Amino acid sequence: MSDWTTHLLIAPVVVPMLAGAVMVLASDRWRWSPVPLGLASMLAQVVLAMLLLAAADQPAVRIYRLGNWPAEFGIVLALDRLSALMLALASVLGLAAFVFSLARWQRAGVHFHPLLQFQMLGLNGAFLTGDLFNLFVFFEVMLAASYGLALHGSGTARVRAGLHYIVVNLVASLLFLVGVSLVYGIAGTLNMADLAQRMRGIASEDRAVLEAGLAVLGIAFLVKAAMWPLGFWLTGTYSAASAPAAAILSLLSKVGIYAVLRLWLLLFGDDAGASVGFAGPWLVIGGLLTVAFGSIAVLASQNLSRMAGASVLVSSGTLLAAIGSGQVRVTGGALFYLASSVLAIGAFFLLIELVERGREVGADVLAVTREAFGTGEEEEDIDAPDEVGVAIPGTVAILGLSFMTCALLLAGLPPLSGFLAKFAILAPLFSAGAAVTPMSWALMAALILSGLATVIALVRSGIDVFWTTPHSAPPRVGLIEFAPIAMLLALCIALTAAAGPAMTYLDAAARSLHAPQDYVQGVMGVPDPEPRRAP
Amino acid sequence: MELVVSLGIGIVAGSGVWLLLRPRTFQVIIGLSLLSYAVNLFIFSTGGLRSGAAAVLARDEAGTLAQYADPLPQALVLTAIVIGFATTALLLVVLLAARGLTGTDHVDGRERDQ
Repeated sequence: MSDWTTHLLIAPVVVPMLAGAVMVLASDRWRWSPVPLGLASMLAQVVLAMLLLAAADQPAVRIYRLGNWPAEFGIVLALDRLSALMLALASVLGLAAFVFSLARWQRAGVHFHPLLQFQMLGLNGAFLTGDLFNLFVFFEVMLAASYGLALHGSGTARVRAGLHYIVVNLVASLLFLVGVSLVYGIAGTLNMADLAQRMRGIASEDRAVLEAGLAVLGIAFLVKAAMWPLGFWLTGTYSAASAPAAAILSLLSKVGIYAVLRLWLLLFGDDAGASVGFAGPWLVIGGLLTVAFGSIAVLASQNLSRMAGASVLVSSGTLLAAIGSGQVRVTGGALFYLASSVLAIGAFFLLIELVERGREVGADVLAVTREAFGTGEEEEDIDAPDEVGVAIPGTVAILGLSFMTCALLLAGLPPLSGFLAKFAILAPLFSAGAAVTPMSWALMAALILSGLATVIALVRSGIDVFWTTPHSAPPRVGLIEFAPIAMLLALCIALTAAAGPAMTYLDAAARSLHAPQDYVQGVMGVPDPEPRRAP
Repeated sequence: MELVVSLGIGIVAGSGVWLLLRPRTFQVIIGLSLLSYAVNLFIFSTGGLRSGAAAVLARDEAGTLAQYADPLPQALVLTAIVIGFATTALLLVVLLAARGLTGTDHVDGRERDQ
């Protein structure tokens, strides 16, 4: 490991921090400056994430010790396959949101670009850190930036939804702090790997308090991941937010999933003594309830952006239920689902903005109601002869194709990666030799029924948007707005085509998550493998 | 001392939760502030309660662990206070914006009977 590649690990945190800070200072004098700076920063983050993704493909975990303190005393950043995957998803989605915002949204309010950079700083930091309190700090950076992004563009609906979002997340942060301090009070460490080592040796009278602390911590993460009784804030906030902000916010709920995945498997794995598999059934039940609630919400949504918010719920629930089942190969499938759904939902949020631009205001609000009550259908065929031979305008055709791709991905229909992901989750549960439990059947029912609900809802609104409602004029869509959507969908298609190598990588990630000895030894190992140079 | 501190934390947290569930935005923000005070005190108390103990070893003194206060919760609580301040200030701005845009200080942006 040469000198400069060691420092690559902290670069995803440093690059957006510097870019954001410089933007704030420079945008007063040079108003054009955030755009090239942001582009450079986003591209740099994508390149870094790809380098780290390649570098993480090894059993040993890569460690960056800040100040070269041993892990017991200092803060470490740790990179394994899961962190690298999340970094890659964050950087790709960040690039898409950035490019999309260049067309219109960056002018809708002040400081969009610095906020986006700080958002990336918080996300990247949360994925890399190996320390619980440091995770809290990055969570707060991420949340503070997301408050600004959720309110970007202002307006009554955004402020009203943003208020709920901020209050809920502040309370969740307080729960986070309570959990962290309970853990520190009992275990005497905040380093995740050190904590995992000490799990076995916790005295039996202290174990209940430690588990309570970790459960409180888990509640804070599950609020972020929007598990069923904790996630009512999500649809309102995400549907009110501007399109590029919503695309980034949809990744924030996956940060909660990431934290659960990382900590639950690390702390309650086979080495946890009496706490093995603590709260696993709760994750499954909560996940299944979230899927059920999300599916009903998808069906009941009156407009497309609420529908996208509800599909975030479905995806969170699916992931939680799959993770809670605690089987290595199911976790591998869940990671594939995570990658596919993050890209698809991000593209969907961006696409909705373009699709709705061509429609009259309020059309979508009435669509479901109109269908239910059968009004407004009569006067449609009056001028039908005139429209014979009128082709669908090119823009609408492209948007329609993208919409269809998103629908296939979200619903998990073949041939795209959404189907492969659901298959990868379900196949190990029902493979030969696996004990088929009622939980497996419940998970299969949830996955298939939620897919059905998504198909019904998306087909209904797709027909309404692209076929029955005549566009007075095709929506004006710039290439710069369509390019990020095309990029995200192309990545999903690439994920489908390269499903074999991707699954190999993700299965390896799942294996190292379920057997975290490498992670623990990597973090807790002797610092400074190279001889220390004289200062 | 433990009883006084835990009662104090409990009362402050309880008042905070009650205020948080009230319908007016001002009550919500005071409730959040009280809750964060309670949480800060709680973090502080996880290092063990003792008076007159220093966090830093004095020169020429080979102390035992029982003699010294744990410095880490103090560092954590400082960070938590700073972050809490910043986010509460941000919430205050949003509250004012909501009051200006919706014309009411109800948390849902409209009165219940409307």
